[in-house]
Amino acid sequence: MPIESGNRRRTPAEPLPVRRKTSYGSAGRASRALSFSVAVRQVFGSGFGTGFWLAAGWLLLVAACALFATVLPVRDPLDPVIVNRLNAPFTSNWLGADGLGRDMLSRLVHGARVSVVISLTAVSIGMLIGGSLGILAGYFRGRFERALMAVLDVILAFPWLVLLLALVAFIGQSLMAISLAIGLLWIPAYARVARANTLSVVQREYVLAARAMGASTLRILLREVLPNVILPVLAYGLVAMGLVVIVESALAFLGLSVEAPQPTWGGMIAEGKRHLAIAPHVALVPSITMFLTVLSLNYVGDRLRSRFEVKESNL
Amino acid sequence: MHLVLRKLPWLIGTLLAVSFFTFLLVSLLPGDPAVMILGAGGVSPEAVAALRAELGLDRPLLVRYFDWLGSALTGDFGRSPMTGQSVMDAILSRLPVTIQLGVMAIIIALLLAVPLAMLSAYHAGSRLDRVISGLGFALMSIPSFMMAIFLILILAVSMNLFPATGWVPFSVSPTANLRSAALPALSLAMIELALYMRLLRTDLISTLQQDYITLARAKGVPNWQIMLRHALRPSSFSLMTVVGLQLGGVISGAIIIEEIFALPGVGRLLYQSILQRDLLMVQGIVLFIATAYVVVNFLVDLSYSLLDPRVRHAD
Repeated sequence: MPIESGNRRRTPAEPLPVRRKTSYGSAGRASRALSFSVAVRQVFGSGFGTGFWLAAGWLLLVAACALFATVLPVRDPLDPVIVNRLNAPFTSNWLGADGLGRDMLSRLVHGARVSVVISLTAVSIGMLIGGSLGILAGYFRGRFERALMAVLDVILAFPWLVLLLALVAFIGQSLMAISLAIGLLWIPAYARVARANTLSVVQREYVLAARAMGASTLRILLREVLPNVILPVLAYGLVAMGLVVIVESALAFLGLSVEAPQPTWGGMIAEGKRHLAIAPHVALVPSITMFLTVLSLNYVGDRLRSRFEVKESNL
Repeated sequence: MHLVLRKLPWLIGTLLAVSFFTFLLVSLLPGDPAVMILGAGGVSPEAVAALRAELGLDRPLLVRYFDWLGSALTGDFGRSPMTGQSVMDAILSRLPVTIQLGVMAIIIALLLAVPLAMLSAYHAGSRLDRVISGLGFALMSIPSFMMAIFLILILAVSMNLFPATGWVPFSVSPTANLRSAALPALSLAMIELALYMRLLRTDLISTLQQDYITLARAKGVPNWQIMLRHALRPSSFSLMTVVGLQLGGVISGAIIIEEIFALPGVGRLLYQSILQRDLLMVQGIVLFIATAYVVVNFLVDLSYSLLDPRVRHAD
C-alpha cells in the first residue's frame, strides 16, 4: 500500500480555488458538470493520490459489509462444520475456517458490525459531550473551566484500559454499554480540542461584533462559535474512530467486549492465538483485516485533517 | 526548590481526587462482595449481613473512603478477601516484572526511534524519509496484542528464537530472563516507537530551521555534531514529556501483553482480580498505578523545567 508522507499543504504563492458563480439555466449539463467538479475540488482540493482513494474504498467496503451482513451471500457465522475445522484459506472456505469449523469470511463480515457500530457511537458520544463541555469551558472561562480541566486531568491520570475495564464491569457488555464506556473515555480528548479551538475563535472580531449588536449568549455560541469549532472537531473524528477500533478489539481480545456468540475481530484474533502453531491463518486473517481498517482510518483522517486545517487558517 | 513548593499543592490535590475517584469507581461496581465470597446459592441473608458488617461494608461511603485512604497512606491496602493475601504484598511481589517489561519496552523504543527520527529529519522529504515515516504510520495502526501475535508467529513458532510464553525471574537465570522478556517488551515497544519517532521527527525538522543551526553550519561544525549536540538536545525535552505521558499507554498495553505471555506482573493481577470481583485488590492496584503515573509525570515536569535553561529562566 503506497503511503505518502508529509502534508501536501498549499504554499502561500499557490492561488486558492475561487468560488465561481455558475448559472444553471441555459448552459445545461456541461456547466453543471463543471460546477460539480469545481465544488468537489473546493471541498477536497486536487490530488489526494491513489493511496487516499484505496483507503477510502476499503472503508466503504467495510461499512457496506457491516450494513448488509445479514443479506450478503455468506455462510452462517455461527454454524460449526467440523470437517472444515482449521482449513486453510481457498480450500473449503474462501478465507479458511476457525477452530470450530466456522466460516472466517462470514465471521469477519458480521464482526465488522461490532467495530463499525461501536466506533461510530463511541466517537459521537465523545464528540457531543466532550465537544459541548469544551466549547462552554472555552467560552465562559473562569471557575467552570478550571473545575472541568481539573476533572479531566484526574480522568487522564488513569491508564485507559484500567478505566475501561472498571467501566465495563459497571455497565455491562451489551453493544450499547461498550459503546458508551468507550465514548466516555473520549470525552477528555474532545473537550480539549473543542476548548482550544473555542479559545481562538472567541477572540475574533465577528464574535465581538455579534456581542456589540446585542446577540444573546446562546446565539453567539450556536451561530458564531459552533460553526467554526465543529470542523476541526469533526476532522479529528476519523483518527479517533481508528483508535476506538483498536480499543474495542483489545477489550474483545480479553473477552470483555460484546459477548459470544456475536463474532468480533478482537475475539477472532484471541481464538486464533490458540491455534497459532498449526493454523496461523485463524489469527492472521482478522489481524490483517483490522490492520487495513485502522490504517485506512488513520490515513484518510490524517489527509482530511490537514486539508481542513488549511481551510481553517484561511478563514 | 521554589518550583517544587509551588507545584506541590497541585500534586496533592490531584492525588486526593484520583484516590476518591478510584474508590468511587470500584465501590459502585455491581455485585455484593460478601455474596461473592460466600458463594451465590443457598446462603442465609443473616450470614451475608454478618460478613458485610465484618468487612465494614454497612458503613456510609465517605466513612469507608477516609478509613481506606488512612490505611492506604501507611501502605496498607487491606487483605484480599479471596486469597487472604495482603494487597500491598501482592502488588510489590509482581511489580518487578511489570517495571522490567515497561523499562525494556521504552528503552527499545527509544534506541530505535532516535536514530530513525534523526535520519528521517536530516533527509526530510527524501525517499528514505518517506519510507521511515510510512513505516511509523503503519506501526501506529497495529495494537500491541496484534504485534505480539505476529512476533510469536515469526520469532517463536517459525524461527524458535524465543519462548512463546512464560517468565524466568532474573535471579534464577539472567539470560533466560532476558529471553523470556524479549518478545513481550518488543510487542509493547513497537507502538511507542512509532509515536516517539513521529514526534521527534517533526520537532527536529523545526529545530533544524533555527538560526543557530545555520550559524553552526557556517562555523564548519561537522554534521553529526550538529545533529547530536545542537538539534537533538533541545528536541529531547518534548520527547521526554511524551515518554512520561505515554506511560499510561505502556501500562494499558502491559495488561494485555502480560496476559498473552502469561507473565506474573501487576497488569495480569489486575485483570484477574477484575474477573474475580476482588474489589479490594482492584482498588489497591488502580490507586497504585494512577499514583505512580501522576508522580512520574510530576517529576518529568519538574526535571523539564530544571534541565532546560529556556524554561528555567522564563520563570
